[in-house]
Amino acid sequence: MKYVLIIAGVLGIALTIAAGLIWVERRLLSVWQDRLGPNRVGPFGLGQVIADTIKLFFKEDWVPPFSDRPVFVLAPGILMITILLTFAVVPFGPNFYVFDSNIGVLFFLGNSSLGVYSIVLGGWASNNKYSLIGAMRASAQMLTYEVFMGLSLMGVVMMADSFSFCKIVEAQKGGWFFIPQFIGFIVFFIAGIAETHRLPFDIPEAEGELIAGYHSEYSGMKFGMFFVGEYLGITLISGLIATLFFGGWLGPSFLPPVFWFLLKTFFFIGVFILLRASLPRPRYDQLMELGWKVLLPLALLNLLVTGAILIFLK
Amino acid sequence: MISILRSMWLTFLHVFHKTETVEYPEVKPYLAPRYRGRIVLTRDEEKNERCVACYLCAAACPVDCIALQAAEGENGRRYPEFFRINFSRCIFCGFCEEACPTYAIQLIPDFEMAEYDRQNMVYEKQHLLISGEGKYHGYNFYKNAGVDMGVKGKGEGHNEEKPVDLKELLP
Repeated sequence: MKYVLIIAGVLGIALTIAAGLIWVERRLLSVWQDRLGPNRVGPFGLGQVIADTIKLFFKEDWVPPFSDRPVFVLAPGILMITILLTFAVVPFGPNFYVFDSNIGVLFFLGNSSLGVYSIVLGGWASNNKYSLIGAMRASAQMLTYEVFMGLSLMGVVMMADSFSFCKIVEAQKGGWFFIPQFIGFIVFFIAGIAETHRLPFDIPEAEGELIAGYHSEYSGMKFGMFFVGEYLGITLISGLIATLFFGGWLGPSFLPPVFWFLLKTFFFIGVFILLRASLPRPRYDQLMELGWKVLLPLALLNLLVTGAILIFLK
Repeated sequence: MISILRSMWLTFLHVFHKTETVEYPEVKPYLAPRYRGRIVLTRDEEKNERCVACYLCAAACPVDCIALQAAEGENGRRYPEFFRINFSRCIFCGFCEEACPTYAIQLIPDFEMAEYDRQNMVYEKQHLLISGEGKYHGYNFYKNAGVDMGVKGKGEGHNEEKPVDLKELLP
């Protein structure tokens, strides 16, 4: 019974945040662009979330006749499943997690690698040249950034001496990891943006050049799954940044731990949206160059130096 | 790297900027008196129609949205029998107002003319004609022009000289 409640709670929080982000993102962007944003439906325009959802449900769910039907239908589901599975290992509070895996970090990295399939298959099954180009870009970008996304976390893992997210959070009682692991934090953050293909790294969808990239052919709730999947991805990466580098649910005791976790998560969601509001999209080759020539060496260097210092201190 | 952080910071500072949005139905924007909106037909200070059905507005209209038919009343005064403006075609260029010799047709600061039925965008004379003088008060075409329409005698208007008797030799 307790497990069911926790699973329902985690799913509820994750999906509510992801859906609410539709509104949060539009309102925040409008604040940064000196506009008002959606403020008509319900108090502060919060009903916009419900209105958008209803709209998506009632859109015609059209599967193009030239597409590879089973794969086309499956692709959006894969994205949702891989991201939602990862939420299972994220500790929302000291006793508020679905399961404390001793390979939690690896579980997350593996799932995010599987997430690439969703986009590649979606783009491939659409049988559309723009979708295919978008999917190709997405696969290259996500594979590149996955390499050092994992490497940037190894410093944290070494310092916490564990792959388990709960142990990592508890290891930060002496001090949050973003100070000793600052390079790791920066690299993980950039890789996280690329992994969720958010702006400025939204090259797979690049509406200016690729219409909508890999989800050009998707409509109705299948598009909605990609859409919510993207917001779930932001929530996940923000939550993981908070967990891995900013002490997760740790914080002064006048607020419950879950609240601290959500507060930190929301801060990074805000940073994600600020990035979207302020930065232009880099060119494709610039993205690859940044990944392989700057961030990968940085991550490796961080790994080496952290390891050397830890061995020296022992 | 510095420039990226700088642009993020500058974007963030927009939190403290004033929002430019005008919440339209509640807050109406200021419209200048010479704003070119809905077209009206005005009357002079004696409540007579100013329009003399000269067709100049219909000729000037680049989208041909004005249709009218001239008629003559008592003592030869011209007026439009019908006057029809199709606002689904009108581009609010104001050429009709410029062309009008009698200040009859005027564009006023009102743009809220949305309709669900396209046919409702066609305004007939009774919809266009207002009972006031519009933007130009105290102007009566017949007090300036030479023709005698019962408003004034020939040569008695503003800035008008008495008609010259061509048969008279003396200056």
